[in-house]
Amino acid sequence: MFLRRAKSIQESLTKTRRSFFGRLATSLFGRGDLDEAFWDELEESLILADVGVDVTLEVVGNVRRRAEERAMRKASEVEGILRQELVRILSQNQQPYLPGVRDLSVVLVVGVNGSGKTTSIAKLAHYHVARGDRVLLGAADTFRAAAIDQLRIWADRARVDIVAHQPGADPGAVVFDTIQAARARGANVVIVDTAGRLHTKHNLMAELQKIRNVAAKQVHQAPHEVLLVVDATNGQNAIAQARVFGEAVGVTGVVVAKLDSSAKGGVILAIARELGLPIKFVGTGETLDDLAPFDPEAFVAGLFEPVAEEA
Amino acid sequence: MFENLSEKLQATFSKLARKGRLSESDVDAGLREVRLALLEADVNYRVVKDFIARVRERAIGAEVAKSLTPAQQMVKIVHEELIALLGQPAKLNLSGQAPHVIMLVGLQGSGKTTMAAKLALYLRRDGHKPLLVAADPYRPAAITQLEVLGRQLGIPVHAEDVRTRPEEVAARAVKMAAGGAYSVVILDTAGRLQIDDEMMDELERISRLVHPREVLLVADAMTGQEAVRVAEGFHARLGLTGLILTKIDGDARGGAALSIRSVTGVPIKFLGVGEKTDALEPFHPDRLASRILGMGDVLTLIEKAEALFDEEQARKMEQKLREASFDLEDFRQQLREVRKMGPLQQVLEMIPGFSQVSRQLPADLPEKQLKRIEAIIDSMTPAERRDPQILNGSRKRRIAMGSGTSVQEVNQLLHQFRDMQRLMKQFSSGRGRGLFSLFQ
Repeated sequence: MFLRRAKSIQESLTKTRRSFFGRLATSLFGRGDLDEAFWDELEESLILADVGVDVTLEVVGNVRRRAEERAMRKASEVEGILRQELVRILSQNQQPYLPGVRDLSVVLVVGVNGSGKTTSIAKLAHYHVARGDRVLLGAADTFRAAAIDQLRIWADRARVDIVAHQPGADPGAVVFDTIQAARARGANVVIVDTAGRLHTKHNLMAELQKIRNVAAKQVHQAPHEVLLVVDATNGQNAIAQARVFGEAVGVTGVVVAKLDSSAKGGVILAIARELGLPIKFVGTGETLDDLAPFDPEAFVAGLFEPVAEEA
Repeated sequence: MFENLSEKLQATFSKLARKGRLSESDVDAGLREVRLALLEADVNYRVVKDFIARVRERAIGAEVAKSLTPAQQMVKIVHEELIALLGQPAKLNLSGQAPHVIMLVGLQGSGKTTMAAKLALYLRRDGHKPLLVAADPYRPAAITQLEVLGRQLGIPVHAEDVRTRPEEVAARAVKMAAGGAYSVVILDTAGRLQIDDEMMDELERISRLVHPREVLLVADAMTGQEAVRVAEGFHARLGLTGLILTKIDGDARGGAALSIRSVTGVPIKFLGVGEKTDALEPFHPDRLASRILGMGDVLTLIEKAEALFDEEQARKMEQKLREASFDLEDFRQQLREVRKMGPLQQVLEMIPGFSQVSRQLPADLPEKQLKRIEAIIDSMTPAERRDPQILNGSRKRRIAMGSGTSVQEVNQLLHQFRDMQRLMKQFSSGRGRGLFSLFQ
């Protein structure tokens, strides 16, 4: 089944970081003088990384101002303040995942179609199991063909239990049963998979609110995390996703999926900057181990690692 | 809500007196806005750069048509160039000997499996006998997903054990189809990264074995800057023959289509517009161009409206709008028709220039509120609807009770209605002339 080689998180992340600003690190900072072309190229690199126009202009503006204040002349000198600026944006709103201690934590996972929810849930389940938690999955994507089967296979692999109804069943009822079952079986973490939905579909967003309410009525302060899974290959639309899901169901954190792709996932900077949402995890592959807590320092530091192979 | 490009350009050009020609500085000022609009739509940075250079060349010194403002002229040039770049819609190539093999490829989560089912349904309606082939043994339950979809549609699915290599599955399916039972074979391949050599090798092996007529890249409309490298990666290894853009029913502007088109040159064949298996649309370059520019999807709106309003009714409505003799009876009618088209905010956003109006409405008019408004109007007598002036305290109380609302809500509605009438008057008195001309 696992035809593909399992990558370690370290390896995946290193690769991601390398490709992230690979070109930037060598050609940009190694270019010598801090001229107009340098700033243009920095702007281009950030936009090509999906950082978006607004945040790019802000970052370049701030970095440039600081560079001028310190009378910097060499491109290599700017690297440090650029790194600081990016870390600042990403760490402004950082919050721990599931802070505090409680008997039962409910994690709701939401996102647009194909963003990587189900795979992220499997990895998240694995993450909890490795920490000694008793995990129960709720298969509340009763809409998409075979979504329940998909989650069931992942549950087997991650060695966790799953509560599922028939396809087409009421997702709220699935959540209700999952929480009941978690209590009965002594599970302490419930992770709910929801159907992918475009944030522009009002009725589906309302359904998500209902799912949220079902959880809230059963467990004090639930859901304790509402994780939005964002595809790293997405561009500026991810901001709209984060905004609308945030307003509808109170997203508490973002999971960036598919960061092992060639995409840079720079839109998370815009999500952090414009919406103040913390980034909590990054997904870097298709095996259970390919999930890591998001670390702004490490992430940005990785952006500037020298790159050998990439053209 | 983003301000649309026409409005931005209008603002940029408003400082300039109306001139016969677009000067270099006018063009550059305008192109700054165009550049931002394209980047916000996720068109690749370098594609934008080339595009802007081309438009600049054409726009400088261009004659401004008598009927147009400089801003409109600029939009026209940009729009035309964009349409040219997006190219004409292309049909599926099903020439040669049957069975024709269509291979769907793309990144994980781009929507290949759903698209395979949609294509099969589309082709069956077109008189073909499609066979769906589950060539994705990797993603858990991907095969089951295709089987479920096939069952729903009554379209046969060829699937084998997950341990069988996809190229063997594909080859066997094509051989089976060659027996004469099927005219088209649709291969649903596994999602993969274009930088994953092993997985790309697999696609090459499949392609060599089954000689696909069509190799279609299925790409998510939300894809960002990386669309270029993804498309190049697949194109270099497989020789793409077309592009399908999915999830276009969201609010992504779909700049990826432009990026992919300009680096591969392959035509755009279809758009995926929803999760239902019949949600497949032909691609219209003019509409996609408007959408990428953030100018609203006027044509789609007009088409939707045409499908719902009868023409006679629409003419009467337009007449009323022009004369501003629009009463609550008309408003109710309008409300019902509009609600059929989808959430109000979305409908308004499709109309260029109307974002102004929708901004004057409550920021977020939820469907629930629309229902209440309708209930209030329903509780009025026909005379009251025609002439809301006659509503006194006692009538308002009756209406509030009848609709399960409050007098304040009734008052609020009347207030909003008066605002709306005022806006309509402004539109019909010239400021909004452009709006009406769009509907003719």
